[in-house]
Formats: sequence, structure tokens, C-alpha cells
Amino acid sequence: MADTMQFDLVSPERSLLSTQAKSVSIPGTDGDMTAGPGHAAMITTLRPGILKVETETGTEEFVVTGGFAEIGTTVSVLAERAVPHADMTQETYEDLVREAQAYYKKVVEETENEPGPVDDAAKLLQDMVAVGGHIGLDPKQPNF
Amino acid sequence: MPSLKDLKTRISSVKSTRKITKAMQMVAAAKLRRAQDAAEMARPYSERFNAVLGSLAASVGGSPTAPKLLSGTGKDDVHMLVVMTAERGLCGGFNSSIVKRARTAIAKLKAEGKTVKILTVGKKGREQLSREHGKLFVGHVDLSEVKKLGYADAQSIAKDLLTRFDEGEFDVATIFYAKFETVISQVPTAQQIIPAQFDAAEDDDAGASTLYEYEPGEEAILADLLPRGVSTQIFSALLENAASEQGARMSAMDNATRNAGEMIDKLTIEYNRSRQAVITNELIEIISGAEAL
Repeated sequence: MADTMQFDLVSPERSLLSTQAKSVSIPGTDGDMTAGPGHAAMITTLRPGILKVETETGTEEFVVTGGFAEIGTTVSVLAERAVPHADMTQETYEDLVREAQAYYKKVVEETENEPGPVDDAAKLLQDMVAVGGHIGLDPKQPNF
Repeated sequence: MPSLKDLKTRISSVKSTRKITKAMQMVAAAKLRRAQDAAEMARPYSERFNAVLGSLAASVGGSPTAPKLLSGTGKDDVHMLVVMTAERGLCGGFNSSIVKRARTAIAKLKAEGKTVKILTVGKKGREQLSREHGKLFVGHVDLSEVKKLGYADAQSIAKDLLTRFDEGEFDVATIFYAKFETVISQVPTAQQIIPAQFDAAEDDDAGASTLYEYEPGEEAILADLLPRGVSTQIFSALLENAASEQGARMSAMDNATRNAGEMIDKLTIEYNRSRQAVITNELIEIISGAEAL
């Protein structure tokens, strides 16, 4: 079996990465997973997190905020927004957290006594905050 | 017969018009390149997205619990038309052709007794439609402040649309935009986005490919992806539209520049002729004056 596979990372505005990868770690909604060549075909949605791509020459990391991944003979990640780890500044990150926070507040206001959407939004916010910890940025501790 | 001075001012005014149209053409050409690049870069995402969504939709489509965005509300009484046009004019028939396409659709839907609501994107379409269908407007999206179209712009339009859909404001949504074919041909297109429709070709393609496992379940993914699909489709329509607008402007301004050139040639000939006539006249006067002595 080949020890690499085609990997594509695309966002709506542009294609970020297209390369041969040894393995890809994907932050799935139901948990992280790592896909190597010959992984079972599956489609999963993403939560905010770190996408790690291991290539022949090294490891690349991206911060993704949501979207989905398609794993088959090739792996494609279609991210709503994807930022290379190196380009991720405190400022961009704070914007993301603020966005998640605003969304959470809005959901809480709009839905009363419906745990479903509120929990989802809270999870999104927590995930977003957790991303900061992983990449060494301070989320400025949002108050829940 | 205009005087020599009149002709001279005409010529210089047409010359400056030609300068302006020439400049506009060059600006449009540069913008067109950028718009085309943007559309090109967005293509892989939307293609893959639609392929995945198509195969998902095919497998879930029949189920009675399928999301409303896919199966529809069960009626098609109220139609929402999203008319996307440019913020600026001077781009040939670009805006008018989209509006014309929308008008035909409105007339057809009205004849069938449906209720029509219009959401306009871009100022020009709104201006043209307001005379006849002003009462049908339910909203307007202003993109005149937007320098570079981003996915966020499409997302906010999609969000607005989805909120209205959730509130039961309409049953079917169609977007109107111009598909970019070449620089000189843009095709006004109507595309239904809610409930989602997929090309038959894509279904065949999906059927042939591998069967996927879904995490979380198929319907959960579909519920997550369908709203994104709406944004994606709006985004690619916006990009196509932007490229079409610049293409249309470029060829319109090219035409205008050429016309101005022809006009200048014609006026110059006229100017020279009348100048000659004036000189001849003066000579005759001098000669006949000399002969009289």
C-alpha cells in the first residue's frame, strides 16, 4: 500500500494546501481522528480545532473553524475558515472567540428552555477557547 | 451648420470622453482578472461540496424526516427571488439582462397565482425593479462598501435567507445572477437554492464512488451541511456575478472607446472641410475685391 495519500485543504475563498500526506489529524465533531492511507471511507463534520497534516517533509498545522472532511482514497477537508498556524495572531484569534461568544449569547437569548442549540453553541465556544490553549494564545478568558 | 469653434469644442469633449472610457476599460480589465482568479479559487470548494451534498441528499432524500431545506415545505405558494446585480452602472446590458430574466420569472409566477417576494442584492437591480415590483421587496443587501467579496458576505445573505425560511416566509428560493462564460458573453441564470436541487450528473457521479460512513449520522451531517450549501451557492453566484460585471463593463467600455474614436474622425473631417470652405470664401472675397479695382 502506498504510504502517502493525496490531501487537499480548501476553504470557500481559496485552496490552501494540496499535497501528498502521510497522515492527517482531523478535529471531528464527535472526537479527533487521524486518517492514514487506506482509511475507511467516511464523512465527518468538524469542530473548531487544529488540523495536523504530516507530510514527507514535515508537519503543517492549520486552525479550522468548522466544515467537513471527506475521507476516501484521498482526504479532503472543506473548512469554513482555515488559517495556517503561523498566520494565526492573537488578534485574529480573539476575533474568532468573540464571534463564537456573540453566537452563544444570541442563541441563549433566542431559544428558551431548549438545551439543544444552547449546548451546541456553548460547545462551539469552548472548542474555540480550547484552540487558544493548543496554539499558545490567550483567549482573554471569556465569561460564560 | 456648426461653426468652427463649436466643432473644436465638440472634438475636445469627445476626446476626453474617450480618455475616460479607455481608463474605465483598463480598470475593468484589471478587476476582471482578479474576479476571475477569485472565482477560479472558489471552484474546488463548491464542486466538492456539491458532490458530497449530492450523494448525501440522494441517500437521505426519500426519508420523511429529511430536513426542510432539502425536501421543501411541501408547498410552493410563496417564492423568494434573490436578484443579484451590480452596484454600479455603465456595464452594458449586464444589469438589465438579469432584471429582464427576473421579470419574466415574476410574470410567470404571478400568472400561476403564486406570491412573489423579492430580495435584491446590488443597487442597480433594485432601481430597475422598483418601478414595477416595488411592493414585492422584502429586503435589500448593499454591497457598495465591499471592496473584495468575501465568504462572510455570502454568509450574511444566506443567514438572512435561512432565518426567513425558518419563519415560514417563503417556500422556494431562487437566485438570479449572470453566469460568466467569456468576457463578451454572460448568461443570466436562475438557480433554485431552497429546497436544494442537484444536477443529475452529480448524482451519477456520487453513485459510482465509494459508500461513506457518516459521523455523526447522515441526517445530522445533512442538517449541518445544507445551510452551508446555501452560503456556498450564494458565494459562487456572487463571484460569478462580479466576474460577469467586470467582463460586461470591459466590453461595453471597449465599444464606447471605439465609438468615440469614430466620432472624433468624423468630426475632424467635418472640421477640416468647413475650415477649407472658410479659407476659400476669404480668398474669393479678396480676389473679387482686387478685380473690382
